Amino acid sequence: MTTFLGLPGRPGRPGSRQSPSEPPHAPRGVGHLRAADPFPVAARRALADAQLRRNLSKATTTIRAKRAAVVSELPDWEELRAAGEAIKAATMADLDRYLGQLEVAVTARGGTVHWARDAIEAGNIVTALVQAAGATEVVKVKSLATDEIGLNDALAAAGIAAYETDLAELIVQLGHDRPSHILVPAIHRNRSEIRDIFLREMGDVSPDLTDDPAALAEAARQHLRRKFLSATVGISGANFGVAETGTLCVVESEGNGRMCVTLPQTLITVMGIEKVIPSWADLGVFLQLLPRSSTGERMNPYTSMWTGVTPGDGPQSVHLVLLDNGRTAALADPVGRAALHCIRCSACLNVCPVYERTGGHAYGSVYPGPIGAVLSPQLTGIEDNASLPYASSLCGACYDVCPVKINIPELLVHLRARHVEEARRTHRLPSAEAITMAAASYLLADPGRLAAAQSASRSGRLLGRRGKITALPPPLAAWTRARDAPVPPPQTFRQWWHSQHGDDRGGPAPGDRSDRSDRSDQ
Amino acid sequence: MHSIVGDVTRIALFATCLADTLFPDVPRATVTLLERLGHEVVFPAEQTCCGQMHINTGYQRAALPLIRRYVDTFEPYEVIVAPSGSCVGSIGHQHAMVARRHDDEELARRAEAVAARTYELSQLLTDVLGVEDVGAHYPHRVTYHPTCHSLRLLAVGDRPLRLLRRVSGIDLVPLPDADVCCGFGGTFAVKNADTSTAMLADKMRSVLATRAEVCTAGDSSCLMHIGGGLSRLRAGVKTVHLAEILASTAGAGQGAPAAVSR
Amino acid sequence: MSARDEVLARIRAAARTGAGKAGTASSPAAPSPGPRYRTRSELAGPQLLELLASRLTDYRALVHFASAATLADEIGAALQRRQARRIVVPPALRLPLPSFVTAISDTRPFLSPAGLAAVDGVVTRAAVAIAETGTIVLDGSPGQGRRAISLVPDYHLCVVDAGQVVHLVPEAVARLSAGRPLTWISGPSATSDIELERVEGVHGPRTLEVVLVSG
Repeated sequence: MTTFLGLPGRPGRPGSRQSPSEPPHAPRGVGHLRAADPFPVAARRALADAQLRRNLSKATTTIRAKRAAVVSELPDWEELRAAGEAIKAATMADLDRYLGQLEVAVTARGGTVHWARDAIEAGNIVTALVQAAGATEVVKVKSLATDEIGLNDALAAAGIAAYETDLAELIVQLGHDRPSHILVPAIHRNRSEIRDIFLREMGDVSPDLTDDPAALAEAARQHLRRKFLSATVGISGANFGVAETGTLCVVESEGNGRMCVTLPQTLITVMGIEKVIPSWADLGVFLQLLPRSSTGERMNPYTSMWTGVTPGDGPQSVHLVLLDNGRTAALADPVGRAALHCIRCSACLNVCPVYERTGGHAYGSVYPGPIGAVLSPQLTGIEDNASLPYASSLCGACYDVCPVKINIPELLVHLRARHVEEARRTHRLPSAEAITMAAASYLLADPGRLAAAQSASRSGRLLGRRGKITALPPPLAAWTRARDAPVPPPQTFRQWWHSQHGDDRGGPAPGDRSDRSDRSDQ
Repeated sequence: MHSIVGDVTRIALFATCLADTLFPDVPRATVTLLERLGHEVVFPAEQTCCGQMHINTGYQRAALPLIRRYVDTFEPYEVIVAPSGSCVGSIGHQHAMVARRHDDEELARRAEAVAARTYELSQLLTDVLGVEDVGAHYPHRVTYHPTCHSLRLLAVGDRPLRLLRRVSGIDLVPLPDADVCCGFGGTFAVKNADTSTAMLADKMRSVLATRAEVCTAGDSSCLMHIGGGLSRLRAGVKTVHLAEILASTAGAGQGAPAAVSR
Repeated sequence: MSARDEVLARIRAAARTGAGKAGTASSPAAPSPGPRYRTRSELAGPQLLELLASRLTDYRALVHFASAATLADEIGAALQRRQARRIVVPPALRLPLPSFVTAISDTRPFLSPAGLAAVDGVVTRAAVAIAETGTIVLDGSPGQGRRAISLVPDYHLCVVDAGQVVHLVPEAVARLSAGRPLTWISGPSATSDIELERVEGVHGPRTLEVVLVSG
């Protein structure tokens, strides 16, 4: 009998509580990986927002259809997914080697590579580089890594203004808001809300601005054009960094990425260490998987690739900041590390029935949705995002669409187990849930005990009126707030079976496996 | 795959703890159906629960004895059936994983072997017994919800629909957005009750849009969820397990939708 | 310990933790004999061009076919329709331009970004084009020039030779050199950031016109 009481957790999975030998998590107090409220609380707020629900439903329905159409065009989609998964797994298995290669290749081409243990160090490195370039303004391409580490806050603290140039990031920045989606950070805003933000926050916009998306895009073009043409420092993330060649790659749509990585004299790229890919040829896989999964296009409008410095073309001062910030902690979990395979396409968000109803803010991290629910807790330590692994009905839609075949439901279940094991190690008294689970396990581990419990539950019939139960005690009260519960029937199946057959028909008969000697045939 | 078509097969029934306790008509219907098709059904009395709720809530150590019991109980049998895609999915995708996570390789190997012989009802009927027309009669307007674990973990595909299409008298209507989760998710329905309810509301909207009398599925748990919501709304739509429809015959007293909604 | 050494040490320690028990999601794939996805196509020349044209058009690029003999006319007609008079060109474009345009060769001292914003458009060649995705790739060769010249002007006319067209993305990757700065272009700039409705034309050229040259 294995129950909760006082037994030490034998399976030695690395938990959030860190021993000196385990890699540290992303530090608290900086960046955007931790929620202020547990998921159920934040979700309740979001669920009550009718406009948000409608915006999300419309957007995710649209993008799901687009993705499905372009994925179905490729006869080798499953082979590409398998290749993507294999490349990522192989990369994680040799990550130190590939990062070393990348560093050598970038340096050989005139770039400078920096290493950042965490968000604070990365912020300091970038700030110092901007100051060394003598700039007080920077233009930024949409980058989850820089959002993760709160780079704009770090720059602002040093008196440097960071201008987000991706349309959706601009909407979020002008709206003093937070991103709610990996690909479309302003997915929670509809066109008329965006027009209102522009009218309020853009000094140079015509008061006649309509809510036509083309007019809004034109307004953004005009607003940012002067910034692009005069910027001296650009900051980007990277979708891929090729170890073999030192090439960095940014995938985008609007041309703001091209502006940021081409026009300024100084380019600083912040890249999570997991974004390295081994070889040039691997791009042939990921540049098919990513756009089709992400925007639902055969190819995104613009992809930029640069390798160190190209004399006479683009930035002449090129920097790469390699960021850990909890990634090595995820890498140390042999199951959980699959979350590091993510290429940030957001297909899992778009198919997730939970995300579609709550939106991204409920997850409290720059990485929302199913992938966020398995990535954020690993970066921060599970206890800092403990509600996220439970923010899923385990329906599995995310796994079906993941371009690198991350088995997100399996990771969710794994992280739930880690959370429970962690709690058992660190709490002296088991939680009510742990006691309930242990009690259930005790009853269910033995058919006699189960039968006795079933008989006892017949008394529950007294609660029922006309075959339904409309109110249960906590924690099951949450069920009966919106659903009736079934009344236990007068007879269990087990009782019925015994009334029909007695106890003697349950055993194996001649011809069943127990009578065979060749049990090794399976 | 077992090639025992046309033979009388001895089938071990895993009733599942939920159906055993709360929905005994479902395993009873499974017995009725399989016996009508000429097979022998046995109910190994030592069975209890597959452990899925524990595993999916994070209590893997507490699930270990349940996994061991499942394996011990059903290992002697050649063919095992459960009227639940979710439980069969857990048996196939989680039992060995949990055993390995706790360094019990022997249990993992045994669990894999037993899982390979454990079938969800529609899989058993179509793949193992090779039957689609089970001789059922069910003169009602029915819509089918494919439940996530049947759909994605087990990939049962259109097997349940193929079975339902051959039921005489049935008026089978497609469910809009059928592949979207109903919001049950085990303890998810309690831990994230608000989100679960929002998902349930959309599922009920789809069910009601079909104007069906009956919503069916291969999982008592999802049906308990959808049925609990429909009952609260007094929507006048019943939830009935696939096994119960397939067990129904003309004049057998099971022709009407179940009197008690879940 | 430097940040570099510490991060690398963490990775090595993490790899040791993960090596003992390969989880289902983390076991490195067995070495495979080679890619099982498509890396080579049997699609022939005319079909390739047709596919490229239809995919480019799908994403709102304007596409024209030309032969060596009609190329000058096609370029002239396109620039005339656009009413483009001041055109920036890469240093070694080697294409016939009509007499009504003033071609500004992008040689040192380079035009400033503001200078580029003031021209009517840019004419370049390409390195590779990918039919399946409707993509043209520029690699900064003398016929394509600096990245900035195909970025800042609002109009981009790109001339693609039939021999540069491949069917598949992996075929393009194999032809391209990592050493050069690459710009992959699939239609004019676009955004779907507002209700996921695609709008052509944000910061990059809002009009992309492609002339496909065969024979």
